[in-house]
Amino acid sequence: MLRYTVRRLLFAIPTLLVVSFIIFALLDLAPNDPTGDLPLTIPPEVREQIRLSLGLGEPFHIRYFRWLEQFLVNEPLNMIEQIWGVEIGNSAERLRVTSWSTRSPVVDLIISRLPQTLWVVGLSYVVAVCIAVPIGVISAYKQYSVFDQIGTFVSMIGFSVPTFFTGTLMIVIFSAQLGWLPSIYDTTHVVTDFDSFVTQLKQIIMPVMVLALFSAAQLSRFMRSSMLDNLNLDYVRTARAKGMTESVVLLVHVLRNSLIPVVTVIALGLPQVFAGAIITEQIFRVNGIGQLLIIAIQGADIPLVQTLTFIFAFLIVSFNLIADLLYGILDPRIRYD
Amino acid sequence: MLKPRLLIAATAAAAMVATAAHAERATDGQLKILYWQAPSILNPYLSGGTKDIDASSLIVEPLAHYDETGEIVPALVTEIPTVANGGVSKDFTSITWDLMPGIVWSDGTPFTSADVVFSAEYCMHPEGGCNAAPNFEDVKSVEALDKHTVKITFDVPKPFPYGPFVGSNSPVIQKAQFENCMGAKAPECTEQNFGTIGTGPFKVVEFRANDVVLYEANDKYRDAAKPAFATVLMKGGGDAVSAARAVLETGEFDYAWNLQVEPEILNTMAAAGKGKVISAFGTSVERIMVQLTNPDPALGDKRATYQDGNNPHPFLSDPAVRRALSLAIDREILVEAGYGSAGQVTCNVLPAPAIYASTANDWCKTQDVAAANKLLDDAGWARGSDGVREKDGVRLSLLYQTSTNSVRQGTQALIKQMWQEIGVETELRNISSSVFFGGDQSSPDTFQKFFSDVEMYTNLFNGTDPEKYMARWTCDKMPSPDNQWIGNNMPRYCDPAYDKLAEQLAVTAALEERAVIAKKMNDMLIDYGAIIPLIHRGAVAAHSNTLGGVKQNVWDATPWNIQDWHRIK
Repeated sequence: MLRYTVRRLLFAIPTLLVVSFIIFALLDLAPNDPTGDLPLTIPPEVREQIRLSLGLGEPFHIRYFRWLEQFLVNEPLNMIEQIWGVEIGNSAERLRVTSWSTRSPVVDLIISRLPQTLWVVGLSYVVAVCIAVPIGVISAYKQYSVFDQIGTFVSMIGFSVPTFFTGTLMIVIFSAQLGWLPSIYDTTHVVTDFDSFVTQLKQIIMPVMVLALFSAAQLSRFMRSSMLDNLNLDYVRTARAKGMTESVVLLVHVLRNSLIPVVTVIALGLPQVFAGAIITEQIFRVNGIGQLLIIAIQGADIPLVQTLTFIFAFLIVSFNLIADLLYGILDPRIRYD
Repeated sequence: MLKPRLLIAATAAAAMVATAAHAERATDGQLKILYWQAPSILNPYLSGGTKDIDASSLIVEPLAHYDETGEIVPALVTEIPTVANGGVSKDFTSITWDLMPGIVWSDGTPFTSADVVFSAEYCMHPEGGCNAAPNFEDVKSVEALDKHTVKITFDVPKPFPYGPFVGSNSPVIQKAQFENCMGAKAPECTEQNFGTIGTGPFKVVEFRANDVVLYEANDKYRDAAKPAFATVLMKGGGDAVSAARAVLETGEFDYAWNLQVEPEILNTMAAAGKGKVISAFGTSVERIMVQLTNPDPALGDKRATYQDGNNPHPFLSDPAVRRALSLAIDREILVEAGYGSAGQVTCNVLPAPAIYASTANDWCKTQDVAAANKLLDDAGWARGSDGVREKDGVRLSLLYQTSTNSVRQGTQALIKQMWQEIGVETELRNISSSVFFGGDQSSPDTFQKFFSDVEMYTNLFNGTDPEKYMARWTCDKMPSPDNQWIGNNMPRYCDPAYDKLAEQLAVTAALEERAVIAKKMNDMLIDYGAIIPLIHRGAVAAHSNTLGGVKQNVWDATPWNIQDWHRIK
């Protein structure tokens, strides 16, 4: 297991380097321009000067290696300095990855946005799991019952209707028509007492539910099919023959075994929690990572897009590894060595 | 529930308080503004778009503003310098501003001429990447004559010397704050760029880049009774439709900016009665540029270049075709379908200010398909078996490109139909705006390269003086590989008579004479058919019924008079 982990970790390094190069090259080749949003009254000569001031005059490979150094060496050093309050070398002169549109360090922008994304997307994931597991279990146990049919129908809707539709629909119903919930997420809101907690709950519930519906639909289908696979196996018959109650058979024997593949699916979905939800965050104006990414793409803020996509790549690679290892731990039949 | 009588008494009391309250600062609570593009930086000189300039215009001020009629009004100065009052030299090479005494920055330090001089140096620094550099064009020196007098000298005579420090895109920033942020260091000063100190009605409390700005009333603001609002929340992000909804339907926000949304949608939302849609007309014109050179890919390097007039377009070089294309368009329908109250039919590329608006081209206001067909028939363009006209083997088949935007695609589809009626075949194409307007040298799809037959977009000019704008269509402004495709003469129009008028405009001082020349230039372009103007576009916004004092202004930043905005009780 350890050898396997180490091998996978070592293999991840070239993977990530290749990924970083591809991301950088793709974004560099894209016909995007950081001065594209400026009013047309600004003449091309001035635009050219702005581009030069952003460092775009340098050749490709120099910019790539500079970015690598800034992101892989300078930023971690900077983080260590901030956490432990020490100074390593000449930290004032050390260049950080800087966003073009805000002219501020990219990592600070990401850190300031991470909590909102973790709250909204993380909560929606928790809600989704809490909904999906019982629905999947019941649907499988009572296969082809009314409950199963309704569950299948709802999850198909959740799965096939995009979030930009459900989100807008919810806003039209609950904000515009009924006036119960705010359509815009107030990111400056601070929870201090019960009333402000209720306000927070009101503004977070729509984005959370929109996302939860989508993930729950997917997870409940996995849960259902995994349960169905197990329900017909011999050990279930054995358990029943031993005179165990249905609840023990279902919740102790079948559920535990059926959860193994579902847990890996959940683990594989976790990077999405950090990556945020681009569309939902944009609709409800939640200042999360997803919104940061889309604004950066629209404004051709290349350093920000590069850094964000690279972080996503890193998370996906690591959670893939975690999912594989988790599978080995949960299922004693699987051994990697 | 209050008893009716009590309610009346309470309302009366509230009304009395309200009238009294207007004379006091910070009594109207919070103002909530919604921008669907989020502000990224609060230093207007490093901004990436109008949203940043608007967000910082609450904090920093220029010496003078443009008001809603395009008139220049004093902000930090006692009066507007003119030749008459001696502020502008007789030869138009210098302008002297008298700063208003007693103004302090929001940190309490005095505002002096040194700050003005510094702001000019900051923006004119070659490595700073300042986007207001055009305002400082031809500036030779900016010097402080004394603590409250600033003299700006130009290299050339400037009949319109109100470039530097007029309008929100070239405000005065504090020397003490930005002293160490000059040139290449400018982008590193995150703290300064996010927490700009200003003389304006508000100061920044919290700024989350690409998300939200929270301001509070500046207690050092020069007018003790203003601003009426205690705090301002400027939220960014999302899209124009939902921004309109938040003001007009749900009433969560007081003001939403730049709502280019189909009139149908906007009108339905406005019917909820919570707010109103406002628009103001500036210099924006949605126009079709006509390619006068040959954009045939087979030409290689010579593609879409002028070549001293030896590379004409196969059919758009025929004046009859250009005129027919313009005549065939029903501009009323375009306005109705895509713009509503945000658009007016126009036949000029220079539609405003009123003194510059020509009436010589009003023939284009009414669609005349019969006349257009006759023009083409007379010119020898005969309809083929598929209804498309051709002559000498050249088919009237156009590639029509524009940026991706639902209103523009709607307009494209309508115009395609109209052109079909006169036997012109049209192929439509749309390009993402960051590519189309972004000047990437390696992309064939920029509006400068113009590798198509016609292209449509909106352009405008800042301020009220059209000199620079009209000079865009001189021969030397043609984009070509020799100048890295920089230049604004998209049609590749070249007429020595036009160039002469442009030179004349640059040295003429009297406003009336300037207007005559500018109109003449406009008429030349339209009459020749190099540009087909379509719609004079207004800036649309929405504000809540309880928000008063808003004056929609297209000549300056949207919140230019935010110190006067107040709550209607």
